[in-house]
Amino acid sequence: MADVTLRDVRKTYAGGVEAIKGVSLKVADGAFCVLVGPSGCGKSTLLRMIAGLETVTSGEVDIGGRVVNAVEPAARDIAMVFQNYALYPHMSVYNNMAYGLRNRGLARAEIEARVHEAAQILEIEALLARKPKQLSGGQRQRVAMGRAIVRHPKVFLFDEPLSNLDAKLRIAMRVEIRKLQRRLKTTAVYVTHDQLEAMTLADLLVVMNGGEVEQIGAPLEVYQKPATTFVAAFIGAPPMNLMPAAHAGPNGWADSLPPGAVVGVRPEDLMLGQDAPAGGLRLPLTVEAVEHIGAESFVYGKVSSKAAAGDDVIVRVAADATPALGTSVAVTASRDKLHLFGADGRRLAD
Amino acid sequence: MVERRRFGNLIPHLILWVGIALVAFPVYLAFVASTQDNAAIANGQMSLLPGDLFFETYYKTLFVGTSGSTREPVGTMLFNSFVMAMAIAVGKIAISILSAYAIVYFRFRFRMAVFWLIFITLMLPVEVRIYPTYKIAADLNLLDSYSGLTLPLIASATATLLFRQFFMTVPDELLEASRIDGAGPVRFFKDTLLPLSRTNIAALFVILFIYGWNQYLWPLLITTRDDMQTIQIGIRKMITTSDALTEWPVVMATAVLAMLPPVAVVVVMQKLFVRGLVETEK
Repeated sequence: MADVTLRDVRKTYAGGVEAIKGVSLKVADGAFCVLVGPSGCGKSTLLRMIAGLETVTSGEVDIGGRVVNAVEPAARDIAMVFQNYALYPHMSVYNNMAYGLRNRGLARAEIEARVHEAAQILEIEALLARKPKQLSGGQRQRVAMGRAIVRHPKVFLFDEPLSNLDAKLRIAMRVEIRKLQRRLKTTAVYVTHDQLEAMTLADLLVVMNGGEVEQIGAPLEVYQKPATTFVAAFIGAPPMNLMPAAHAGPNGWADSLPPGAVVGVRPEDLMLGQDAPAGGLRLPLTVEAVEHIGAESFVYGKVSSKAAAGDDVIVRVAADATPALGTSVAVTASRDKLHLFGADGRRLAD
Repeated sequence: MVERRRFGNLIPHLILWVGIALVAFPVYLAFVASTQDNAAIANGQMSLLPGDLFFETYYKTLFVGTSGSTREPVGTMLFNSFVMAMAIAVGKIAISILSAYAIVYFRFRFRMAVFWLIFITLMLPVEVRIYPTYKIAADLNLLDSYSGLTLPLIASATATLLFRQFFMTVPDELLEASRIDGAGPVRFFKDTLLPLSRTNIAALFVILFIYGWNQYLWPLLITTRDDMQTIQIGIRKMITTSDALTEWPVVMATAVLAMLPPVAVVVVMQKLFVRGLVETEK
């Protein structure tokens, strides 16, 4: 049990490339923190720095009140689940889980008890004698988790652990990881590029871009109040519609915004209808594409008003209200559903 | 090509049989000659069927030796050759797997320079550096000794290169998982890398054993004493006789005996050997 604190952590590679540009972060004891961002944003590097697999150029990595910058990975009391699982191919499942414990000099009986306990939790008791090659992807995933659990670590580190699984299994394992972490009450740091995974797993969501933290917060808070246009576009599927404020047409609030301001509105906050609520947004659209996904549909349209001609807009509508292709419709959003950002991409005070 | 035609396979099979006959006939001839009377062979009246002197000839070959040219029994030569081939195979594998481990997994100064130095030795086989190597061996008093027979042939780039290529295909995450599991460099090598290299080691062992077994030039130079000579040298010495008749049955028996250990190694290691060549177990 431990909290994880990063204080202005930076990473510069030998070639001068700055991968992490000063990240400060505090994950409370027992919390599930998800680092999310596009590939190359530094989220994996940051995780590996917590694990001790990458050196820290400057700043402090603190696990449970102990600065671990110069501590070997094995001595940090962490356990890591890798994207490709990194199971030892020549060892049985049992030995894969027991290996780390043996290296730490635990008694044989204790090792056996821990492995069986973990195997029971993960329902892989029947597989203990098998080699990784004889396991399915989901089973390997479980063994990798088991290897992490048996160590009784202070912190679990997950590096995109579900990205090698098929969609269905991914959702099932996602739920299981969350349940497991709640049950063990172990602090977890989880890296993913999948914003849905991030939203569903996190207690604390950290959105990263270009080696920097864009926003830290509870998932819903991040969703409802994205701090930057990057977060607004990254979190949520389909992404938030963003357009220059000037395109929103002449109305009271838009004129008072600073130059270069951006207006954002989520697809589900747009309504089909002619009349804009007072102070709201109204956009005439030509329907260009429609995606039916069952209970609802996503309408892809181009704005046909003079000010914003050519802007792409995505609208979520109920399945039975889906407009036909090529028709002209109007969508509206009330003022409180609009997100306003300055020219620098930062959220303007509401 | 699942379709079975009665005569469709005839021609390929015929060609294969001719090939087998071409390879196998000399071996068969050697065996037949080793079971017959020397006089019959010398007269050119050798039968193509095995004679009745099998036990007599092989006993003489193994434990007594020829009466003329080399007085050493072939048993000793077999032992010398076996020691030499084993030492070369084991020594080369041990040295090259360790140096490949260092080159792939450790960052040290002049790492690439070291790698290229090892790599360049590929271009300098024993034959090219024979004089300096002999000089060094002689200065170190290695003549007529097992160390002299084996040490100069052990330092090998081929095997280092092969292990390096293999290590580079081992995912980095395995090393990282080992580090988190508390395994240091020695444990990682022993517990993970060595078991993963098993098939590679087996394949190399077969190749290197045969390489060592077939050495001719180096043992010829470095050994002068009869009881240190290898079987390859022994055969040659048996053939050149100054005044007596070459004892062909003994020569042929020696040749047959010289073939057996490499064959045995291949047969025993075949499964691993093939796997080592075609698949990487990961």
